[in-house]
Amino acid sequence: MADTRDLFDAVPRAAFDVPGRSGGMLDIVRWRYLLRLLVRTGVTTRYRNSVLGWTWSYVRPAAQFLVFWVVFGVFLDLNRVPNFAVYLFSGIVVINLFSEAFKNATTSIVNNAALVRKVYLPRQLFAVSSVFVAFVHFLPQVSLLLIVVLFLGWIVNVSILGILAILAGIVIILLLALGLGLFFGAVNVRFRDAENIVELLLLLATWASPVLYFWTMVRDVLPDWLFQIYMLNPITQAVELFHFAFWYPVTDSDPAFPLPPMLGPNTLWTLLIAVASVLVGQFVFRRLEGRFAQDL
Amino acid sequence: MNEPTLAPRRPSIIIDGVVKRFTINHALSLKDTVVAWFRRRKLTSDFEALKGVEVVIGEGESVALLGLNGSGKSTLLKLISGVMAPDGGTVLTRGRVAGLIEVGAGFHPELSGRENVYLNAAILGMSRKEIEDRYDEIVAFSEIEPFIDQEVKHYSSGMFMRLAFSVAIHVEVDVLLVDEILSVGDAPFREKCRRKFEELIAARKTLLIVSHDLDMVRDLCARGVVLSKGEVVYDGPIAGALALVSS
Repeated sequence: MADTRDLFDAVPRAAFDVPGRSGGMLDIVRWRYLLRLLVRTGVTTRYRNSVLGWTWSYVRPAAQFLVFWVVFGVFLDLNRVPNFAVYLFSGIVVINLFSEAFKNATTSIVNNAALVRKVYLPRQLFAVSSVFVAFVHFLPQVSLLLIVVLFLGWIVNVSILGILAILAGIVIILLLALGLGLFFGAVNVRFRDAENIVELLLLLATWASPVLYFWTMVRDVLPDWLFQIYMLNPITQAVELFHFAFWYPVTDSDPAFPLPPMLGPNTLWTLLIAVASVLVGQFVFRRLEGRFAQDL
Repeated sequence: MNEPTLAPRRPSIIIDGVVKRFTINHALSLKDTVVAWFRRRKLTSDFEALKGVEVVIGEGESVALLGLNGSGKSTLLKLISGVMAPDGGTVLTRGRVAGLIEVGAGFHPELSGRENVYLNAAILGMSRKEIEDRYDEIVAFSEIEPFIDQEVKHYSSGMFMRLAFSVAIHVEVDVLLVDEILSVGDAPFREKCRRKFEELIAARKTLLIVSHDLDMVRDLCARGVVLSKGEVVYDGPIAGALALVSS
């Protein structure tokens, strides 16, 4: 070829782009219109061709709740936790949000294989959009919860702090799910084992957080350092934030069932952990995404 | 290598010593890996799809990329569009690049034609404003106006392809990559596509076309690049390229 310098006589080198170079999360901002369409597509097509449609978004958590309530509340006598039904359900919605977002983000790249192979677009969009879709499906569940606590007089007892706790819990969960989803989604392209690992992690996640039991039960058996680690699980923190926001205001305080210590500072720490997971997930994703098209 | 008359003054695409290797994995599971290790068999083999390709395409040129199956044409297009990254050398592009590569990849069967136009155009990099401005033109070009609010899964394959093609051809671009889609639809529609391409050429857009439809390529392109086994074997006037491919 002619000396490359000749090529840049008429047009400077800076006018050229390297195709396919990803701008990371900045791309998400630039491609926000497509992101919106992807989210809308994910939401509207979810229940196409089903008779009950959106009702399923209520039926599934309701069934889940009923089983847990009977087994844990009645059989295992956790009903001694005051307002156990509210306690249980506010934990379940958090776990459901996390499961849905994490699972969808993990499979998002493989599910969009046709596009990834043929058209260049920031692939992180798929993971981000699936997390948003999960959030939309979380809304009916959380409104169900809201209706129940409103009947129990939530509105007169809730504080600004409670509202902030809801938002913080949601943000922590979504960030963590996105970070882990980016990581496992990228790995999943080459090793479909990732999907199974995620299933396994989700199975554990339900039990690794005080959803079906009370946090003091963990404190009483674990050594202190391990308990601290347990509490620094961002999902645990989000669950406790939801308990604080929904269950606590409608429940007469009972010294046997106190709020966990360090709820405030732990929010900050777990938020940092969640942000770190996004950074790590992003880093791994960007390292691997150059090979997506040929590995799929 | 380039003939002086073809030497582009303002390059749009620079492909400089591009190498692309594919690693073919023979072992897909842990069991395979262990077995292969015991038998001392190689687990992977490398396949070089592009071996140092050098092409410069100037602004406003329309170039045909020719070659037999497996010569690396589509791989080269994928490198230019950014779907894949080269293992060696550099690919540089200037301006907005869009690929008419496998039209319809972004279509969602459960959505209506209208929704798919918006989705697909956004996937190809158009902004909301641009899509809204061009929406009527896109639908008119596809000639499926009466069915635009039906779900795409009820479309015939011809209707589907026409709509997908229509979206792709209306993307505002500087460089258009075209891979084997000139055979869309019936004869009148193909004629319409050809005219659309001529319009783009007249508007000084850069076109890179991969096709086996030699007649259409002869009409549209002035220059031809022939690839064989990952190497450029000819780069010059289209007539020579066609003669080489036909032989």
